[in-house]
Formats: sequence, structure tokens, C-alpha cells
Amino acid sequence: MSAVPILLSVEGLTKSYGGVHAVRDVSFSLHAGEILALIGPNGAGKSTCFNILNGQIAPGSGRVRLLGRDTTGEKPRAIWRLGVGRTFQITATFATMTVRENVQVALVSHHSRLFNMWASAPKLARDEAERLLGLVGMNGFADRPCGELAYGDLKRLELAIALANQPKLLLMDEPTAGMAPRERIELMRLTARIAREQSIGVLFTEHDMDVVFEHADRILVLNRGALIAEGVPEEVRRNPQVRAIYLGEGLVYDARHREGASA
Amino acid sequence: MAFYIVQFLTGLASAASLFLVASGLSIIFGVTRIVNFAHGAFYMLGAYLAYTLTERLSGALGFWGGIVAAALAVAAFGVLIEMILLRRIYRSPELFQLLATFGLTLMIEDIVVLIWGPDDLLGRRAPGFRGAVDFFGQQIPTYDLFLIVLSPIVLGLLWLLFRRTRWGVLVRAATQDRDMVAALGVNQKWLFTSVFALGVFLAALGGALQIPRDAANHAMDLNIIVDVFVVVVIGGLGSIIGAFVAAVLVSELNAFGILIFPKISIILVFLVMAVVLIVRPWGLFGKPEAPARKTPGLTVRPWRPLSGNERLAMIGVLVVAAALPLISGSYVLTVASEIAIFVIFAASLHFLMSVGGLASFGHAAYFGLGAYGVAFLAKMAGMPMIVCLLIGPLLGLLGAAVFGFFVVQLSGVYFAMLTLAFAQIVWSIAFQWVGVTGGDNGILGVWPAAWAGGAANFYWLSLGIAVLVVAALRIMVFSPFGYALRATRDSALRSEAIGIDGKRIQWTAFVIAGTAAGIGGALFAFLKGSVFPDSVGISLSVDALVMVLLGGVETVSGAIVGAIVYKALNIWLVSYTDFSKLVLGAVIVLIVVAMPKGIVGTIETLQTRRARPAKATILASQAETAE
Repeated sequence: MSAVPILLSVEGLTKSYGGVHAVRDVSFSLHAGEILALIGPNGAGKSTCFNILNGQIAPGSGRVRLLGRDTTGEKPRAIWRLGVGRTFQITATFATMTVRENVQVALVSHHSRLFNMWASAPKLARDEAERLLGLVGMNGFADRPCGELAYGDLKRLELAIALANQPKLLLMDEPTAGMAPRERIELMRLTARIAREQSIGVLFTEHDMDVVFEHADRILVLNRGALIAEGVPEEVRRNPQVRAIYLGEGLVYDARHREGASA
Repeated sequence: MAFYIVQFLTGLASAASLFLVASGLSIIFGVTRIVNFAHGAFYMLGAYLAYTLTERLSGALGFWGGIVAAALAVAAFGVLIEMILLRRIYRSPELFQLLATFGLTLMIEDIVVLIWGPDDLLGRRAPGFRGAVDFFGQQIPTYDLFLIVLSPIVLGLLWLLFRRTRWGVLVRAATQDRDMVAALGVNQKWLFTSVFALGVFLAALGGALQIPRDAANHAMDLNIIVDVFVVVVIGGLGSIIGAFVAAVLVSELNAFGILIFPKISIILVFLVMAVVLIVRPWGLFGKPEAPARKTPGLTVRPWRPLSGNERLAMIGVLVVAAALPLISGSYVLTVASEIAIFVIFAASLHFLMSVGGLASFGHAAYFGLGAYGVAFLAKMAGMPMIVCLLIGPLLGLLGAAVFGFFVVQLSGVYFAMLTLAFAQIVWSIAFQWVGVTGGDNGILGVWPAAWAGGAANFYWLSLGIAVLVVAALRIMVFSPFGYALRATRDSALRSEAIGIDGKRIQWTAFVIAGTAAGIGGALFAFLKGSVFPDSVGISLSVDALVMVLLGGVETVSGAIVGAIVYKALNIWLVSYTDFSKLVLGAVIVLIVVAMPKGIVGTIETLQTRRARPAKATILASQAETAE
């Protein structure tokens, strides 16, 4: 693995809200072309972790290095310019634009033409936008207003937007949340295929374990803000601590209690 | 030294009314999320009603009873307004709520003139507080001392009300999460109504208590609302303590500002506000607001550039417009020139408001700056007209660049309040700095050069410039910059995540819109041959908002259609009625409630519905769930 460059490395990340320690001393790294899943129960600190990596919130302490550069506390837009694509837990797209225009805006930004005031934007980077939409299977939707799309389609559109700056790293916060089961599997297979073809590193959080275990090369398990397990899927699956978190330790609702309740 | 202490105490006394009105506004905003522009109007109603009651009733009991009864009566009126109007627009986009309450302000202004007449009314002195106390040779009115004591008492009572009563607990809960309060079985309708009643009561009480100090006049509503906006921006919307501290701060700054900058005392307040906004954009005691509901939110119809045939049709319309001097006289041409100028003005606001999602309530500032720019160049530097037209609007650009830098740090209602406050600052400079601007007398004799002299020539000039400006703005709407601006409006989160620096884009848009408005103002100065502070006034800012709204805030061409229809109607209306504000206010309220999509928006919806009947209903339901 050592020959493959490290895309992302995180050291001692900490974030507290008042007395709540949302993230506690989290460290990990991610290699090019690797698909890394960040899992954990609700409230484990996954989204906080994500938002720190993406630059949306500043960490209390710790360092984030992206592509060999210290990006701790930098703005999301600066991090995007380094080659990081992002999808959100709740989709964020431009509702009053067409699907194609959504991708075009990202492309125009990637080509640093945002302050161009005379060119016709609907004609810019049209082919490139079509290609990206083709990649996620949304060619047929190009002229539809984004505000009338189904949720699953919005998730695919977000992936197309995230790929617009030819990212080296994709950060996907619950990429399949709110989707139908078949759509979930399709979207993640698509993501995994693109990632492997273009050697993009992917960090994603997810609650659907089928998705996680099918695609992740490695899994990080977060609980109450702290990293409690890390390894290939099989290791994590066997880890007793992980099982305890997900299934409970049987201390409360054990057999004796059930009998007591029915009696 | 004694003089300064007296000045300080006078400031404290002025803070009382300011605090009452600002806390009322804050309480209403906390629960209903509506910034009640009509709050100044309720303040004014309180003052006028208290004048009438205290004149009729005799004795100390009559006076104080009259004050309280006036506040209660206005509160009852407020309840009526809340039930009839506000309940219909709680779910509307912010812009519409602001506009509806603004329309209400305009209506109340004319109603006050209708009932009490246009003259200032000086109330009688408060019984028991007629004299003054001697303080090292300086006189302090005892009524001022009464007001100084009163505001902490009101603050304490409000604290008790919110901390010690069941109703107060409900209000605080609703301020944090009104949907959860509703889910727990609290009747939201009555909670909102009672909160509104309390807020209006406080405003009216503030007005009523002013009458022994100042004469009641029909400009007091806008004067106080601007100060109140400054107070809540500094103190933080939704915080009563914040309202108190900021009211004292602003009043003291005003009291001492007069000593430091006698001509432009408001500068000091402006500087403090600017510092607060940079350090804590949500105010000293406020909390950062969750992202507000998007300004556009009625439809999801994407914009598209004009097709070839539509462009031909536009050229046809322009040819007809250019042929107007062949068939009409100079009066019609003067009116048509004015309409062309207002098309520029409305289009510039449209760029900011519809494309950028930034509803400026003080856009006239940049229009007026352009007009003054021309007047300075023509009268003081003696520049020829063409130079004036080219350089004059740069004053609008400059103003927009300075103010824009601060206002784009905010969004939604804060943005609206701050743009209004800045416009009022420009207005008071134009009004107060008599040496440079001529004050109320304006600058006269700004006449066009011979080549643009006749009505027909000037009309062609105005039409030509209007076409250029509108075309340039339209090209920008469909340029990458326009898309970046719309992207920032639609989703700040996403646009930041794809490398767009939203604040810089919005600032640039603000400067562009301000410059375009300045061009309109420059032409306006030559059309009228003079410049007055009115060109910076609130009513002009509101005119622009109504033009965009009437045409359709979510359309590309709405502003142009709106400007033509509105300006023509307005000129016709002013010649027929003395109560144009009443009619105008009613029109605004009516559009907001009955036709929020505007003329062009409604036509487009009808077209879409005819084209694909099933789709339109899906669109509508999608748009609703998107909220």
C-alpha cells in the first residue's frame, strides 16, 4: 500500500458543542483509489467528522491533510478547488435550474469562469455536462427542472456535480439515504465503478450495511465521537465491540426481562 | 461636565420609546418569524390616538388612562390585522411578508392624514411631570426622568412575563421551535395572535408616551422604524435584552453624535452598526439564524434565453416604441421618458432581487446617488451632459460598493432591514447637509444639453439607454456570473461546495445593480432638471419593489412589464386622488395575497397549464413539498 499516495490524513480531530464531545481524537488516512466507509449509530459524530473534512466547520483541535496540504480550517470552496467532490446527506442542488445547468454551473466554476458576464452559460461546457450526466445515467433528464426530480434522481445528479471538478477524493455523506433499496445498490455500484476506473478515493458514511460491506475496502467505526474499530470488512464484522454497539449488549432486554414482562 | 451628563440623560430618555418599539418587533419576530414593517405605523397610531384621548379626557387619571387606552386600542387593531392579513401569509416567502406589512404602513400613513389631518399635533404635558429639575445649572425635564425609570421597569415586567407565566413559557418554546409547540397541542393561531397583540401594544405605548416630548407627525413611523431596525440589527433580532442595550446605545450615539458631527449625526450610529456587523453579524445578543426560506419559492420553472422569434418580436416592440414621438405630444413623451427611466430602475432591482435573491428595501439610495452625482458634476464642475451621464452613475457604484460590502454579509430579513437603514442614512445626508446638497430645496437647473433638449430627443435618449441597460442585465442573467448568482440564491451550501465564493458574487451583483440604478437616476435628474432628497426616499425604494413584484418576482422580464404598468397607473392615479399611498398600499397587499406570481408569472403559469395540464399540478405540489 505504501506506493499508493495518501489522499487524506486526519490526526487527532476533536470537536465539542458545549459539553457534548461530538468528535474525540479521531485519526485515520485514506489512499488513492480506496473506498473507505465511516459507520456508526446515530449521533456517533459521522456528519460532524465529514463537515470538518469538507471545511464547513472548524475542528476544536487536530489536523486535516488533503493531498499533502494542511487544510485545517480552510473554506469548503478552497477544499473543492484542491479536487474534492462532496455530496450531502440531504441533497443540495439548484432547484430553479435544469439538471444540465446544475452540472454546467459546477463545470463553469471548475474552469474559473464565474465572473464572465457576457458568455451564454447555457452553451458553455454542454458536451462535458452531457458526458457527466451520461455517466450517472441521467441523459434523459437533462432539460427537466431540478425542483421536480424524484429524490433518488437528485442523489445521482449530486454525484454528477461532485465529479465535475475531476476530483481525486469524493466525500459522500449518506449517499443512499432516502432512496429505494434497488436504487441504493445501483448508485453505490456506479460510484464504486467510477472510483475504481478513475482511481478516486471515496470516503462515505452509510447506515445500509449491505451497501457498506459490498463496496468498502476498509471500514471505520465511530461511536460517541471516538473511533472504536478499523479494518477490512471481515475484521469489523467480527469485532465484538462493534456488535455490541449495533445489536446492544443484551443487558437490558435479556431473556429474564422478557419473561418478567410477559408474566 | 454637567452638560454632558444632561446630554447622557436625554439620550437615556429617548431610549425608552425606542426600546418599547424594538422589543415589540423582536417578540413578534421571535414567534411568527415576520419582521413587521408596520411596527412604526402602529407606533404612530399610538401617538395620534393618545393625543386625541388625552385631549378629551381630563385630569391625571384621564391622561394616563388615555395613554394606556390608546395602546390597548391599537393592540386590538393589530389583532384584527393579524387575523385578516398575516394569518394568510405566515407560510409565504419572507419577501412577501415584508412587502405586505410595508403596504400596511403606507395605508396607515394615509389613514392617519385622513383622520387627524396633515399638521403636527403637540400633546399636553404629563400631569405630575410638568417641571424640570435643576442639575448644576442645566435643566432636566422630570418627564425624561420618568421615561428613564420606565424602560428598566418594562424590561423587568417582560422578563417576569416570559419567565414566570405559562404563556411566557409557551412563547419562549415557540421562539425556539414553533412546530414542536404545535405538535404538543398548543393552539398556534391564538399564540401568534396574542404575541402580535403584545408586540403592537408595546409599539403603541412607545408612541403614546412620546406625545409629551415630541409633536405627533406623519413621518414618525418611518423615522422610528429605521432606528428600530438599527437597534435590532445591533442588539440581535429576537432578544429583548439586546433590544434594551442597543436602544440605549443608539440613543446615546445619537445624543452625542449631534455634538461631534452636528450635520450628519447619523454617521456615528452607522459606524457602530458596521463594526457590530463585522464582529457579530447576528447582533450582540442574537443567535445565528438558520438559513431562511428562499425568496423565490412559488415555481420551479427554469429560465431560458429568448428564442429567435421572441427576439424579433422584441425588436418589433422597440420599433413601435421608437415611433412614439411621431404620434404624440410632449406630455406623453415626458411620461414615456419617465417610464423608460423606471424600467432601468426596476430592472436593476430585479437583478438583485430575482436573480440574486437579495430583496433590497433601499434601492433608491443608488438611484438617488446617481442623480446627485449628475447634479454635482453639472452644477459645481460645469461638466457637459455626456460627461455627467457617464460619470454621475459612478456615485451610485461607489455607494453600492461601500454599503454592499456590509449588507451581503447578511441575508433575508436582516438584509432587507440593513439596506433600508443605509438608504435612510443617504437620505438624511441629502436632507441635512444643506451646504452641499441644498437640503430640502434640492439642486435646481440641471438641464440637458441642446442635442437632448426636446421632449422627443430626450425620450429617444432615455429609451436607448434603457434598452442598453436592460439588454446588458439580461445578458448577465444568462452569463456564467448570472448562473453563479442564482446558484448562490438557490443553495448556498451547494454553491460553496462547488467553489463559488457567494459573498463576492453577491457583492459584485450589488455593485452592478447599484450602478444600473445610478444610470436611471442620472437620466432622472436631467428629465426633471433638478434633484431632491425624494430621489433617495423610502417611497421610491418601495415603488421599485412593487414594480418587480407586480411584474412577477420569479420571471426574467417581470420587472420591465411591472415598471411600465405600475408607472403608468401611478401617474394616472396621482392625478386623480390625494390618497395615493392608501391605494398603493392596498394594491401591494392585494398582490401579495391574491397574485403573488405577478403579471408575467401568472401568464406563464396559464401557458404552462394549457400546454401540459397534468404537469402543472405536479409542479405545484413539488414546489410545496420543496418548502
